[in-house]
Amino acid sequence: MEHDSTHSDPVAVADHHAHGDDDAYHPGWSTYWKVALILLVITVVEVWIYYIPSFSASRAFVPSLLAMSAIKFGIVVAFYMHLKYDHKLFRALFTGPLFIAATTLIALLFLFGQLVARFGPGK
Amino acid sequence: MSAPAAAHYTSTGLDSRKIAIWAFIGSECMLFVSLISTYLIYKGRSIVGPFPHEAWTSPSGQHFKPILNIPVTSASTFVLLMSSLAMVLALSAVQNKELPKRTTGDRILGSSKLWLWMTALLGTTFLGFQAFEFTSFVHEGLTIRTNLFGSSFFTLTGFHGAHVTAGVIWLLTLLAIDYRRGLGPKDALNVDIAALYWHFVDVVWIAIFTLVYLIK
Amino acid sequence: MATTALPTTGTLTAAPAYEGQSGIWSWLTTVDHKRIGVLYLFTALTFFLIGGLEAEIIRLQLQGPNGHVVSAELYNQLFTMHGTTMIFLAIMPLSAAFFNFLIPLQIGARDVAFPRLNAFSYWVYLFGGIFITLPILFNVAPNGGWFGYAPLSTRPFAPGLNIDFWVIGLQILGVSSLAAAFNFITTIINLRAPGMTLMRMPMFTWMSFVVQFLLVLAFPVITVALVFLLFDRFFGTQFYEIAAGADPLLWQHLFWIFGHPEVYILVLPAFGLVSEVLPTFSSKPLFGYPVMVYSGMLIGVLGFGVWAHHMFAVGMGPIGDSVFSLVTMLIAIPTGVKIFNWIATMAQGQLRFTTSMMFGIGLIALFTIGGISGVMHSSPPADLQQTDTYFIVAHFHYVLFGGSIMGIFAGIYLYFPKITGRMLDEGLGKIHFWVNFVGMNLTFFPMHFSGMLGMPRRIYTYDSGQGWDTFNMMSSIGAYILAVATMIFVYNFLKSRKHGAIAGANPWGAGTLEWTIPSPPPEYNFAVLPTVTSRYPLWEGDERDAESARINSQEGKTADELHIVLPYNTIKPMIVAGSMVIMFCGLIFAKPLIFIGAASMVVSLYSWLLSPLEPEHH
Repeated sequence: MEHDSTHSDPVAVADHHAHGDDDAYHPGWSTYWKVALILLVITVVEVWIYYIPSFSASRAFVPSLLAMSAIKFGIVVAFYMHLKYDHKLFRALFTGPLFIAATTLIALLFLFGQLVARFGPGK
Repeated sequence: MSAPAAAHYTSTGLDSRKIAIWAFIGSECMLFVSLISTYLIYKGRSIVGPFPHEAWTSPSGQHFKPILNIPVTSASTFVLLMSSLAMVLALSAVQNKELPKRTTGDRILGSSKLWLWMTALLGTTFLGFQAFEFTSFVHEGLTIRTNLFGSSFFTLTGFHGAHVTAGVIWLLTLLAIDYRRGLGPKDALNVDIAALYWHFVDVVWIAIFTLVYLIK
Repeated sequence: MATTALPTTGTLTAAPAYEGQSGIWSWLTTVDHKRIGVLYLFTALTFFLIGGLEAEIIRLQLQGPNGHVVSAELYNQLFTMHGTTMIFLAIMPLSAAFFNFLIPLQIGARDVAFPRLNAFSYWVYLFGGIFITLPILFNVAPNGGWFGYAPLSTRPFAPGLNIDFWVIGLQILGVSSLAAAFNFITTIINLRAPGMTLMRMPMFTWMSFVVQFLLVLAFPVITVALVFLLFDRFFGTQFYEIAAGADPLLWQHLFWIFGHPEVYILVLPAFGLVSEVLPTFSSKPLFGYPVMVYSGMLIGVLGFGVWAHHMFAVGMGPIGDSVFSLVTMLIAIPTGVKIFNWIATMAQGQLRFTTSMMFGIGLIALFTIGGISGVMHSSPPADLQQTDTYFIVAHFHYVLFGGSIMGIFAGIYLYFPKITGRMLDEGLGKIHFWVNFVGMNLTFFPMHFSGMLGMPRRIYTYDSGQGWDTFNMMSSIGAYILAVATMIFVYNFLKSRKHGAIAGANPWGAGTLEWTIPSPPPEYNFAVLPTVTSRYPLWEGDERDAESARINSQEGKTADELHIVLPYNTIKPMIVAGSMVIMFCGLIFAKPLIFIGAASMVVSLYSWLLSPLEPEHH
């Protein structure tokens, strides 16, 4: 945490906030439309492979879907939620809970036998 | 809305409301993970149909198709993703309200009202798709009481829909303020936290779309 | 240890610190973290007495074989409400009382980050507490245990209103805890005084910080589990409907993903309090401060990886059992580190055996016993012998009474002077400690034996001749002694509040920031925001600390004279809280109330959010 160094002067704080950028660089339209395009393309690919019977029956189907949605998740968080540019404190506040949440999800699926069924032989 | 900490000393120089919304989003991760886990745990455990990905014939001889409608949901997913684009543009319009606008493009990108309306409208469209999906499921014989799939599906997507609804109300509130006195750079933080919430609801849908709709 | 001489205050009075702020209206509308802390303290102590009374009736019933003081049905309500009350309405809010009162003072802030949200949390807690407590007077109190295992708590097995009150009550209380947690996370991150780095924060604030994250991550899970149960009971969903293919373990897993972090939510604040008590009365800094911080964080993280050790008996298979067993054993390490650090803090210190110190040392001893029996049932084969017996009851009472309650009493004796400006009576305090200590051990130690002899939990009566009679008699006598101890405390508390000796700013010669300001603190806390250069500004600080302390210890200035802007008092958070509870009541009593409550909540919420927090700055 970048502690304690900044803005002991309340006027400076208020002034700083008046510019509304709250420490974060925000990318503009030129980045935003590209992100939207990538999201769109990935979604199209996801739906497309869903309709290829040979692929959607293969072992690669689930992992590739998970990978693609993880990329979508990541770039929305990084660019639209500007976590890539923001104070690292926010990154910690998000990734910490996300890590615990993801671990809990995986542990639960394992405990209820859903993961074994998915990756194991025969399915 | 009030700005509680803005003129007070802070140790990080960050606005307290933004710290709080990120903590809230962290908490929401656990909420949706609990809902999604339950859906996945109960996947394939329903005793009677309709099922998400398999056709089913009831003992009484009634036929059910796989119930999830991928084309419609793909469209609603697209709508929600585009609403996130509109949302970042709304935020950037509010932040840059005082910059000079020379071209038509500048003026379009600089209109906070346009992009807030666009976001709210796309959000409402998403909710419309969801309402259509829910009613058609009910017509096809799937309610929240039918089977485990129905219970966990409607609860999960219903919770998400409730979040979108709250987001739309939030956006309309911002719009009301924009019409009353104009949103400017000093309001950027209020728009920013609404945007963070909105995008988070969007990424939750990204996860739901893959885990619930696409994976068979 | 060089103690910076504390500048003597001009007049030693426990005068009201709030000019023109008295009467019931000022309490209903307050947004001051200290007053809200006091509200939490009184409310939680009241619920502590109610929960204690429930326990006394339980012990009266079990005093001898074939006891029939209450019916089996009422007995179920009593043990359910005893657990629910002590956990959600007594220990958590007692911790919240300290969060509220202490955190801003310890980090050098004028209030919490969101004062009105703070008031909202309290009112939700109060209304939710009343909602879940009153039904016992009408014989419809929750009766499914504090863990409310589904499917036993679903409509077919529990048709009455009892579980409805429980499900909705916990949902309400969850809102309170979550709102408070977001508030304190933000406060600790963002409102620390200049120089108050994270690694200079007092240990109580540190442990509270960890607890807020546990709350934020654990409560959504119970919320979802309760929503499922609520939907099952009210809307006919099938989440816990075994005939429809539902898994009977779903509730257990979701509940304990919440339930185990909840244990740390209950005990870490007490650890924090004791980490303030021991240095103060050993006159030396906490031993191994960084290790204490890291072990607290490690307990928090590992706390999310041990939940299924509550469920060894269901048969999760060798991998699940081994992993959860291993992580459970691992979590004993950071906990043990804390115990050793406390002992090392006392080593070679100038010990003063005040009541607070005695409760602190009591915690170390008793919590260690509870911790060790905890490690015993981290082993699945051992746990299969112990699960659902009184051995477990013994274990968690050593953790929650020996740990949490002892720590909270240590904290109350330490901070009562800061809160009220007057000292608790030390003579009565020591009697309280010893009676409490004897009563506690006499109540809970024999339960290890009755449990090992096979006495199951939650039975409402038992036959003689099973070797349980003597141990139960001992436990019951111990419980009556505990009742006496609690009476002594209540008497001392009420008497000292009006007639105790005047405390002064720093009666104990403690070292942290909250002792630099008058007792009770003025409503603005710090006349100037302190500049902090060390972990114990009053002990090891340089001249900047001393200068801040000198200014801040002066009494009598009003906020106006100092040009300090304070938030407006407002009734709106209370109205929002009340509307929310009315909305939930609608589910049980009359459906229209749902819409009335919701409408009133939305209107009052908008009114709250659109009104300014405080006067404009100039």
